[in-house]
Amino acid sequence: MSTATAQKRGFGAAIWDYLTTVDHKKIAHLYLVSGGLFFLIGGLEALLIRIQLIKPSNDFVSAGFYNELLTMHGTTMIFLAAMPLIFALLNAVVPLQIGARDVAFPFLNSLGFWLFLFGGIILNCGWFLGGAPDAGWTAYAPLSAVSPGHGVDFYVLGLQISGAGTLIGGINFLVTIINMRAPGMTYMRMPLFTWTAFVTSSLILFAFPALTVGLFLLMFDRLFGSGFFNASMGGNSVIWEHLFWIFGHPEVYILILPAFGVFSDVLSTFSKKRLFGYTAMVFATTLIGFLGFMVWAHHMFTTGLGPAANSIFAIATMAIAVPTGIKIFNWLFTLWGGSITINSAMLWALAFIPTFTIGGTTGVMLAAAAADYQYHDTYFVVAHFHYVIVGGVVFGLFCGIHYWWPKMFGKILNETLGKITFWTFFLGFHLTFFIQHFLGLMGMPRRYWTYLPNQELDTGNLISTIGAFLMAIGTIVFIINVIYTSVKGHKVSGDPWDGRTLEWSIPSPPPHYNFKQTPLVRGLDPLWIEKMEGRKGITPAEPLDDIHMPNPSILPFIMSLGLFIAGFGFIYQVDNLAFLWVVILGMGITLGAMFVRSIKDDLGHHIHKEDLEEGADQ
Amino acid sequence: MSSDQTLNPETLPEQPERATLEGKNKFLGFWFFLGGETVLFASLFGTYLALNNATNDGPGAEELFGLELVFIMTMLLLTSSLTSVYAMYHMKNNSFSKMQLWLGITVLLGLGFLGCELYEFYHYIHGEGFTLRSSAFGSAFYTLVGFHGGHVTFGLLWIVTLMVRNAKRGLNLYNAPKFYIASLYWHFIDVVWVFIFTVVYLMGVI
Ligand code: HEM
Ligand SMILES: [Cu+2]
Repeated sequence: MSTATAQKRGFGAAIWDYLTTVDHKKIAHLYLVSGGLFFLIGGLEALLIRIQLIKPSNDFVSAGFYNELLTMHGTTMIFLAAMPLIFALLNAVVPLQIGARDVAFPFLNSLGFWLFLFGGIILNCGWFLGGAPDAGWTAYAPLSAVSPGHGVDFYVLGLQISGAGTLIGGINFLVTIINMRAPGMTYMRMPLFTWTAFVTSSLILFAFPALTVGLFLLMFDRLFGSGFFNASMGGNSVIWEHLFWIFGHPEVYILILPAFGVFSDVLSTFSKKRLFGYTAMVFATTLIGFLGFMVWAHHMFTTGLGPAANSIFAIATMAIAVPTGIKIFNWLFTLWGGSITINSAMLWALAFIPTFTIGGTTGVMLAAAAADYQYHDTYFVVAHFHYVIVGGVVFGLFCGIHYWWPKMFGKILNETLGKITFWTFFLGFHLTFFIQHFLGLMGMPRRYWTYLPNQELDTGNLISTIGAFLMAIGTIVFIINVIYTSVKGHKVSGDPWDGRTLEWSIPSPPPHYNFKQTPLVRGLDPLWIEKMEGRKGITPAEPLDDIHMPNPSILPFIMSLGLFIAGFGFIYQVDNLAFLWVVILGMGITLGAMFVRSIKDDLGHHIHKEDLEEGADQ
Repeated sequence: MSSDQTLNPETLPEQPERATLEGKNKFLGFWFFLGGETVLFASLFGTYLALNNATNDGPGAEELFGLELVFIMTMLLLTSSLTSVYAMYHMKNNSFSKMQLWLGITVLLGLGFLGCELYEFYHYIHGEGFTLRSSAFGSAFYTLVGFHGGHVTFGLLWIVTLMVRNAKRGLNLYNAPKFYIASLYWHFIDVVWVFIFTVVYLMGVI
């Protein structure tokens, strides 16, 4: 029964395989493909925004449609592109880096993915069903509570469902990293990517529930007539701002920390050096995670919390620049004196350092509460967060994807195409966003549909739009690269980069049980240690034996489908109470699937020792 | 299959809920989950505290709340937490039928609590005309207390499912973690209620 599912027989079987898989490596593929698709959709929205702003008084899109575009661009990029792409890397790499055969909760891992995907689909259904969300990615009340039509309802239900998936994913990785490490893999021997995965997961755990509650309140206000944000009922819309940013600020660190991890691994591998200041890096990562929870009100300096609150949050915010600075210097010192290889992955890492430093600098400027009255809600803020999110997170994703592609798919992405992607995207990025600092300082507000001529904003906006198209070209070249590599690329060995960590000690792509024998870890950069001592691979920690593996299951898909159906019921019961039946149907499907999961034993299966010996190198 | 023997040993170990890797993972993962739930309820409490005076000229806490019923509810739920401790005690001693008995009592107490809560809501809605839509205070009250009630309902369904599913086969290392985390969940619900009792009812009346 076990081996039959692993072998692919035709297209339908492959689909079924992916629908039911609980293998973290296949779930990584699912996240990569769907996150990548949403990245393209979000990018298309960005291009439409930039075309609208290419010249003053333009009417390429209507004002209402513009609001939908900018809302969906932000929401899609953060929740449906950046988050899942990070989960793709986490799934592909973390179990391998700690020497585990799977994650702690393979079933929940799959559930997390399907929840995310169905949530993302709901969010985008608005486009076809009378209007997408249009209250900004921050969905500030009371605007979001009264925005007509169903647009914001799609935002609320879509994010609620995909957020549940993210929370599950976070818990899964926390437990995986704590309980599933191979013998000898102490905390202070974990690769930095795994460390950042760990801290990011704990941020997810403590940040997402605040969003969950915020979304519930908004949902009740919009769909059931409660009055949380309705001033005429005594409600208070500032509550939304607090809940959103208590989630929202940690969220930006949820995104950036794994990128920090990618750069740390890549810089050390391609400098042929141990990461400089490993302990300080771990410390800085946890400190950033910790401080990340105490600064949310820097998004609310102009809300009127008063000078005392503003000062405290300003100082706390500036304090984050200290651990971040520690990291920047450690990366530089890792490069110092290293024997450096420059390839596509490394280019992204090198470009990240100065780009992110600019973003951090504008961050500290924004943290000066008094000055923020001038910057707030202008293009200066837009420039700041794109420098950190694109210059940090997106560069990190490109870097990690180029670095781990051979591990995931057994082939190295084409270098020439990779470099073309890098240079077009990198130049396009700075062209688009550097000028926006000045547009903002000159007073151009964010989120406005258009601007008037002769206010000295014309040239800057034109340049910015040109840059956006360069980024689009870079992305298209990347897609060509993926297709080209999968057709023409050559198979590579398990260790094409002369790597240092455990994932490079096994074949590419890894067999579905990852490690035939659990590895024995004898220090930081375990594979490197073995290489230095003249050994080919890692010393095993156990004799060859049967391997226990989890069973595939369709239930995660069904549970998520049920919530998807119920979501539509919730949205449309406002118009017609008969839709409550749809709610009942959807919830029934989900609860039924949970019930089946609870009463049907799932003991997993064993791969027998003899089979392992036979298929020596799969 | 070999899992059968490993999951059904002759004598259960000291801590059957954490004897297997799956059990350890569940145990730890569920504690993390409760950490997330804590943030969830903290956010709801924060919202409630921000809005508990926003009565919009409708009924407020002092007029609505009486402590008698709430006191009974508190006793029911606190006792049910204690009985679930007994159940876990018997689980560790591998006396399955006693565990089932105490879990059964826990469920009955939980049902009693839920009945009181429904009666209370019914009374507010039909007696006092106080609903989710009356005021921001009403919204916050029903959301906070209702979320808790929803948790109680889910916990009851969960425990009953486990009891019925395993009634015939008794304890093993596969289902012990399941019973254990269900009881953890039940304790958590109880702790949250203590805060609701204090913040919503006591502070509302005094
Ligand atoms: C040294 C570190 C940082 C500091 C001091 C900082 C400070 C700030 C401040 C004060 C604001 C509010 C500006 C305003 O609305 O008026 C802001 C906005 C923002 N920051 Fe940062 N930031 C830092 C790093 C980051 C990082 C690493 C990310 C993401 C990866 C990020 C993402 C954002 C986003 C998305 C916004 C705008 C949210 C919105 O209003 O839509 N920041 N930052
Ligand atoms: Cu922030």
